[in-house]
Amino acid sequence: MTIAVKPDQSGEPLFYLADEHPHPEGYSTSLGFWIYLMSDCLIFAILFAAFGVLGGNYAAGPAPKDLFDLSLVAVNTSMLLLSSITYGFAMLTMQQNRVGATQAWLAITGLFGLAFIGIELSEFAHMIHEGATPQRSAFLSSFFTLVGTHGLHVSCGLIWLVTLMTQVWRFGLIEANRRRLMCLSMFWHFLDVVWIGVFTFVYLLGVLR
Amino acid sequence: MSTNPDLIKLVFGRLSLESLPLHEPIVVGTFGVVALGGLTLLAGLTYFRLWGYLWREWFTTVDHKRIGIMYMILGIVMLLRGFADALMMRLQQAIAFGGSDGYLNAHHYDQVFTAHGVIMIFFVAMPFVTGLMNYVVPLQIGARDVSFPFLNNFSFWMTVGGAVLVMMSLFIGEFARTGWLAYPPLSNIGYSPDVGVDYYIWALQVAGVGTTLSGINLICTIVKLRAPGMGMMKMPVFTWTSLCTNVLIVASFPVLTVVLALLSLDRYVGTNFFTSDFGGSPMMYVNLIWIWGHPEVYILVLPAFGIFSEVTSTFSGKRLFGYTSMVYATVVITILSYLVWLHHFFTMGSGASVNSFFGITTMIISIPTGAKMFNWLFTMYRGRIRFELPMMWTIAFMLTFVIGGMTGVLLAVPPADFVLHNSLFLIAHFHNVIIGGVVFGVFAGIGYWFPKAFGFKLDPFWGKLSFWFWVTGFYLAFMPLYVLGLMGVTRRLRVFDDPSLQIWFVIAAIGAGLVFLGILCMLMQFAVSILRREALKDVTGDPWDARTLEWATSSPPPDYNFAFTPVVHDNDAWWDMKRRGYKRPLAGFKPIHMPSNTGTGIILAGLSTAMAFGLIWYIWWLAAVSFIALLVVAIGHTFNYHRDFDIPADEVVRTEEARTQLLAGAK
Amino acid sequence: MSQLVRRSYALAGLPNFQPKGLPVSRLRILALLPLAVALSGCNFIVLAPAGDIAAQQRDLVIISTVLMLLIVVPVMALTVLFAWRYRQSNKSARYEPEWDHSTKLELVIWSAPLLIIICLGALTWMGTHLLDPYRSLDRIAANQRVDEATVPLEVDVVALDWKWLFIYRDYGIATVNELAAPVDRPIDFRITASTVMNSFYIPALAGQIYAMPGMETKLHAVVNHPGTYKGFSANYSGAGFSGMHFAFHGLDDKGFGEWIAKAKATGGSLGRSEYLQLEKPSQNEPVRRYASVDADLYRLILNMCVEPGKMCMSEMMAIDAKGGAGHEGLNNTLPLTYDKYARRGTALGPEPSFVASTCTPDAPQGQTSAAVKAPADTTPLLGAGLKRPTFTPLKSTSFFLGQRPKSDS
Repeated sequence: MTIAVKPDQSGEPLFYLADEHPHPEGYSTSLGFWIYLMSDCLIFAILFAAFGVLGGNYAAGPAPKDLFDLSLVAVNTSMLLLSSITYGFAMLTMQQNRVGATQAWLAITGLFGLAFIGIELSEFAHMIHEGATPQRSAFLSSFFTLVGTHGLHVSCGLIWLVTLMTQVWRFGLIEANRRRLMCLSMFWHFLDVVWIGVFTFVYLLGVLR
Repeated sequence: MSTNPDLIKLVFGRLSLESLPLHEPIVVGTFGVVALGGLTLLAGLTYFRLWGYLWREWFTTVDHKRIGIMYMILGIVMLLRGFADALMMRLQQAIAFGGSDGYLNAHHYDQVFTAHGVIMIFFVAMPFVTGLMNYVVPLQIGARDVSFPFLNNFSFWMTVGGAVLVMMSLFIGEFARTGWLAYPPLSNIGYSPDVGVDYYIWALQVAGVGTTLSGINLICTIVKLRAPGMGMMKMPVFTWTSLCTNVLIVASFPVLTVVLALLSLDRYVGTNFFTSDFGGSPMMYVNLIWIWGHPEVYILVLPAFGIFSEVTSTFSGKRLFGYTSMVYATVVITILSYLVWLHHFFTMGSGASVNSFFGITTMIISIPTGAKMFNWLFTMYRGRIRFELPMMWTIAFMLTFVIGGMTGVLLAVPPADFVLHNSLFLIAHFHNVIIGGVVFGVFAGIGYWFPKAFGFKLDPFWGKLSFWFWVTGFYLAFMPLYVLGLMGVTRRLRVFDDPSLQIWFVIAAIGAGLVFLGILCMLMQFAVSILRREALKDVTGDPWDARTLEWATSSPPPDYNFAFTPVVHDNDAWWDMKRRGYKRPLAGFKPIHMPSNTGTGIILAGLSTAMAFGLIWYIWWLAAVSFIALLVVAIGHTFNYHRDFDIPADEVVRTEEARTQLLAGAK
Repeated sequence: MSQLVRRSYALAGLPNFQPKGLPVSRLRILALLPLAVALSGCNFIVLAPAGDIAAQQRDLVIISTVLMLLIVVPVMALTVLFAWRYRQSNKSARYEPEWDHSTKLELVIWSAPLLIIICLGALTWMGTHLLDPYRSLDRIAANQRVDEATVPLEVDVVALDWKWLFIYRDYGIATVNELAAPVDRPIDFRITASTVMNSFYIPALAGQIYAMPGMETKLHAVVNHPGTYKGFSANYSGAGFSGMHFAFHGLDDKGFGEWIAKAKATGGSLGRSEYLQLEKPSQNEPVRRYASVDADLYRLILNMCVEPGKMCMSEMMAIDAKGGAGHEGLNNTLPLTYDKYARRGTALGPEPSFVASTCTPDAPQGQTSAAVKAPADTTPLLGAGLKRPTFTPLKSTSFFLGQRPKSDS
């Protein structure tokens, strides 16, 4: 939008660009991805709201304090936070065009992400084994759905991560791949932010309640 | 053949021969007609060897213009289905008196009114509005395509996928019997154990993905791809309303996605979001669905407002009065539409303060809407009004919509709503605003932009006939419903026992019949116009002496829209260009960079539809296979890095040369 | 039934219409408007109701309509005028293609609707608070205050599939699909539903309010003119919805006494087991009367614990308010499982093996005969060794979900 729109030398108004450059590929991508993230954020907002409404309805069953193992959740949280940091390193090395280092950091990020998913699944399995299933009460329904949706996002992120690593391996750090890594980076950090909300409002406040 | 029930259940889920409505003569008859028509169409396509053409040029296209046209065709096809439902309801209500049970049983009738609502909103109004935005917005802002052309194609096919699921429910199984918003507990597994609500959920989920993505796409297009010089306050009003509509889409459809996902969890997994026991809250569903549902009506009506603005200004030969206040009014409506959702259920027992808060916010929306109305009025003032068809629709809109707006504000007064809620008065009100606003707007838009899309005008005789049938039919069909509402008649009733009501229902049915004639005339109008296309031809690209950029290029526009990107100096960019002696460039053409077609969109949407079908019928293997295929195809698509090509300069030269000749011939 | 209803329309028509209850005398002229319409031979019950609340709501409808017509009529007239005046063929009209702004006009077009909305907003705020269905009555007609000595008639309303149950606590009777009240005596309705959402609506009496399972809504109203009026569900609730209507009789004191006596004389009794029979889905039910009714029945219905062995919602919510029942409560699901037709198990969820008998998801609602077998012992099942917390009433402050507690007691 920085093209001059003033009349040319002859005084005729300029009505078209005789010499233009097409918008570079991916010109709108980061805006589009931001808007997508905001719509995703709304999904989480509604799930948080549902948890806010139903979170106290234990249906004469267990409450957060009976179910949550905060130390496990703390480990889990650190996994995700660390993965965000390592993703940051991957982006830094990408700026320096170091393919190997980028791949290594991405792999570490993936491992942290896997660990996060693993711990979360074992937590779920433990709860379900105890009988605290999503069907038991509205509180558990909304808990499993909120945390599970986040976990599903992380899993999608992992699949995406593997795809991108393959693409970087095959095609190198070309412009398109850099843009994609950037998008995944936003997605990954976004999930981190959402998790901080989950950790605070679901786990910490839940146990305090 | 094995008769092992477990195996059959594994392969077919809960789908069985009994799922086919072979015992319902009406449905079998409909199926016969549809199947015959479909077969004829398929045979015709095969005979004329059109499959390859359709696939290459249309199904896989990423051209926003062709996608826009396909949206409009989808809208028209689904309008016929939705309207058939409307006729069935009107007929049932007109005859089910004095002990007569009518001709539809509850099982059938309850599906009909649910399907009517769902189809008209999601698969008629939405495709129409999205189609017009898709076609017009890039042209109005001087862009070559939308920001994400592949996504555009994918969004369209997802919408089709949803429509296919709804249509499928007519012949395989059944549709929901819950009303168009499927309130639990009625829509929960206990009270609706069959596939109807699952069809509803998955049709809306599949289509909803498409709608959300198309919203993101159009926001990016408008924000990023405007022609140089076109600041936000120089955008045409239709582009402004489209921007606001798409913001609303992105900010409201995720809510629908979540609320339907929670309902499906309740139905499939047995969670307790909306159950009555185990701490669930059906009231939360009602709140959440209306947090989507109210913005939805503004999603539909805002673009219609934009169309009316363009049409009024063009056919009055005058600048739009109060452009700035029009823009602010649009933005205010956008924001306020999130603060009013509770007015859909004042009767749920919220406190007086909550109710009056939402009642008053609702009334406040009528202020910017009223300002818009006055702006159109003063655009006509001291103009030179040409009563072409789009302008006729606009006048009909202005006269009709104020009545709908008035009854709307009336319903926003909570104590008044207590006596009119869920009554036929309410039905009359929202048909008054949706037909009088959205449908008339879409028809005005079709008449207005048709010559742009196809290079010839629509036949005015059949158009005017259709207009008069529609308008009189509308008033005959819905004014009696206002009356019935004041007589305390509620909606969704199948049989009546007060004979004094019958006359009003008969009048309404006659009105619906007139609207049917209006639709027929409209189809006739398309047919006649195609036959007479030489006589109706427009070679100038600007048949209405219009004002905005889309009229600066040829009709129909070339694939690349504009050979050179236009530069904008004024709100009415093309008017300004015409006035200041703009000369079309005849030389210096360069190759133009364009996106290439791809079949991925239709494949992904097809797989999503198959997955939805598997989930509806508990055919788990089908759902799993389609899901994995979906993942593989989507990931595979990202490995394609070559998604565009250059239109060579000499092809641009040839196209532009042809237009020069055409223009010369016109003079 | 249908005879009754037809009669109701005849009775509820013109003879009953009196433009009572208008706040300002000037507005009495406005009340002629519905009269004029009513004269055309139809029964505009919403515009000519028989109860003071509905009459006040009618007044609001009319006043707001008139207020809005102040701006709607000029707009429509101007539309036609401008469209005609500035048609292309009229070359004598002024043509100013560049005129697109006028600050004065802009001020007018924004402030005129604003003024109307300010008036309407004030009216809405007042009207909504005065006509809050939860607010007990302070008047029974425009110029007649409620007598302090009058005891309101208390009626408990239950929307069943697909009929209405009315319980008269003070008289110990219950009726199905027939409601009666003495003229000029305030009525307090407490409303709930057994399965799905309905809306309790008697247009002649007062505006509607939803009836929802496990929740209670309230409505206060009074009928001023004797007659038989139609009541029905105004929210679609399934296959039998069309037949879900009842007759509402406005009677004088004597008539009401006779009506009560008739119920006392004819009916059987409505206890928990009879209720469980009654609430099974059925359509187009005839009027039924019960001479006696379990005094606790309404509370049990509201708390979804009519079936013996069920934990009452109020009890469950009290436990929840105390922080749940912990791990010990985990398997205590049978007493909580309410929906008799629901809870058949879902496609992917675990089959609830503890339910005495489940149906397949294919059996449509209402055709199931398998009811959950109630254990012989009727004391609430609380699971082995489960502590029962001390009970305190609960206050729910959920904002948009209705400010009322989810259930009473």
